Amino acid sequence: MIKPTLAFLITTSALVLSACGEKAQTLGTKNDSTAYSGVTNAFIEKGWQAGDKTSWERQLNARAQYGQNDYTRSP
Amino acid sequence: MAVCPVNCFYKTDEGVVLHDKDVCIGCGYCSYACPFGAPQFPSQGTFGVRGKMDKCTFCAGGPEANGSEAEFEKYGRNRLAEGKLPACAEMCSTKALLAGDGDVVADIFRNRVVKRNKGAEVWGWGTAYGSAQAGQKPQAEGAKK
Repeated sequence: MIKPTLAFLITTSALVLSACGEKAQTLGTKNDSTAYSGVTNAFIEKGWQAGDKTSWERQLNARAQYGQNDYTRSP
Repeated sequence: MAVCPVNCFYKTDEGVVLHDKDVCIGCGYCSYACPFGAPQFPSQGTFGVRGKMDKCTFCAGGPEANGSEAEFEKYGRNRLAEGKLPACAEMCSTKALLAGDGDVVADIFRNRVVKRNKGAEVWGWGTAYGSAQAGQKPQAEGAKK
């Protein structure tokens, strides 16, 4: 009498727990790496350290002033 | 971004809104929802006017590895990760387009306007920069023309 009950319990728990093996089906984007982590190709600009956020921000700020602010180049 | 049924849009730490073309289904809801008209259907290609949505990436690429060929094929070059600013702003001959952090862009614009002897008469100037002529000395009466 105990054996059929035990078998039933094992089968039931196996069926219930099988749902835990399901892969997540949530939508969403892949994780994008940060801009300051740099690139590995040949187009990377010199003068800043890839991976250093402060260095990257300084590089972009300097570039913004040099390339976009005419009055810093010709006072 | 909330209108996207597949949640393909995301925002980077720098505030750039990007999208994942592998996830996009091209439903076009974002083009109706965006007040700036940023997401657009490509007008050419295999699927004609349909297909994946396209948008300005601020030259920040996409979710693929920075500087990879896959990223370049889908989103163009990732200039931010190369330590550069967006190409449109850097190439603009009249400097009408400015790119960068908001405070940097505001400083450049304020400097430009003040150097050209303008300021408070510009609509919205007080809201943007305050009413004190951005710290400039008031002009002499004879210098005003």
